[in-house]
Amino acid sequence: MSSSISDILSCCFGSFYFVCLVFFLMAWFFFCRNLDMEAANFLWFSLKKSITGIMFGLTISDKFFTVYSVTGSSMHPTFTTSNGSFPAFLKGDIVLVERFWDDKLSHGDVITFKSPTDHKKEFVKRLIALPGDWMQCPNSHDIVKIPEGHCWVEGDNRSSSLDSRHFGPIPLGLVRGRVTHIIWPLKRISKVERKAVMNRVYRT
Amino acid sequence: MSAARGRIAAFLTDAASRFSHIPWRSIGSDALDRASLVVKAACFVHVVNTYIVGIAFVRGPSMLPTINLTGDVVAVERITPRRGTVEVGDVVILISPENPRKTVAKRVVGLQGDAVTFLVDPIHGNATRTVAVPMGHVWVQGDNIYSSRDSRQFGPVPYGLIQGRAFCKVWPPEAVGFIGEKY
Repeated sequence: MSSSISDILSCCFGSFYFVCLVFFLMAWFFFCRNLDMEAANFLWFSLKKSITGIMFGLTISDKFFTVYSVTGSSMHPTFTTSNGSFPAFLKGDIVLVERFWDDKLSHGDVITFKSPTDHKKEFVKRLIALPGDWMQCPNSHDIVKIPEGHCWVEGDNRSSSLDSRHFGPIPLGLVRGRVTHIIWPLKRISKVERKAVMNRVYRT
Repeated sequence: MSAARGRIAAFLTDAASRFSHIPWRSIGSDALDRASLVVKAACFVHVVNTYIVGIAFVRGPSMLPTINLTGDVVAVERITPRRGTVEVGDVVILISPENPRKTVAKRVVGLQGDAVTFLVDPIHGNATRTVAVPMGHVWVQGDNIYSSRDSRQFGPVPYGLIQGRAFCKVWPPEAVGFIGEKY
């Protein structure tokens, strides 16, 4: 169902890096047709360097930390979206996301996770309840138990947020990382606070 | 006493000159070269394993005719799930929705929007139930329906939990071969 070839390729390899790589390769073939030995060698050398750099960057971003741009108003007091005429990736807050290798999650963390309804989207929400907790659903008097291996997530802006109130508890396997800092815009640089909901979650 | 002191002083100056004659610069650059080679190799392995193809060890009774009880090593490709083109009949590796530390191998039986009919309890009786698979989810079942914990217990699974598609068995040698559509 992908519309264009570049769409398919960028889906395949996850990101913008791959498009850069293809562009670089094309440029390289184009320039190398009539070049002397030395220039060709230099280009080959720089190509190798850039491939190494891309692999290094991908590893760092998969295993240690990465940056995301937050769009949408579901986390409103915590993250803001400006309406200025910036390029798209500068419209919202840019945040630093930490990857973790084991589930070191605690109540009140801001986490990113793959959407349970569309695996290509990634959501940012606040973690409300962990497996085994009893929780009172918002806007009702039902008390539910969070099933094993699942967690309950909600946006800070209750009025416009697509979260667990809509799709139920999500599997912990979908969680990708934890938001630790806001790094852009400059005047909003700060640590993201952990805010646990106390009054309607009964921890076990 | 003074002789001893003299000897110690001579030893110290000697040691200092020996110390300064060790080629620190070349040792350092050599060590840096080796370390960067190791880091590059680790990055290469990670990128290939995450974005192109990896291997997984699968065992247990749930996929019995297809995958051996004592365990087979299977090759897992990551491109198909990332593109979103997993089809009915593929064997996929996914994170268990009940335990995020566990990875399980199951066969995809229904995609989003499909209606799936299954035996509720295949050991006792043949009552069936039909469910619709919601958007963005898949229905997975083990090939050995008598001994498999799968979507019949925990319901449809979000697509995002799929880690890869197992397409071929690589070990043990007598089991080498592609994993087909049906067993």
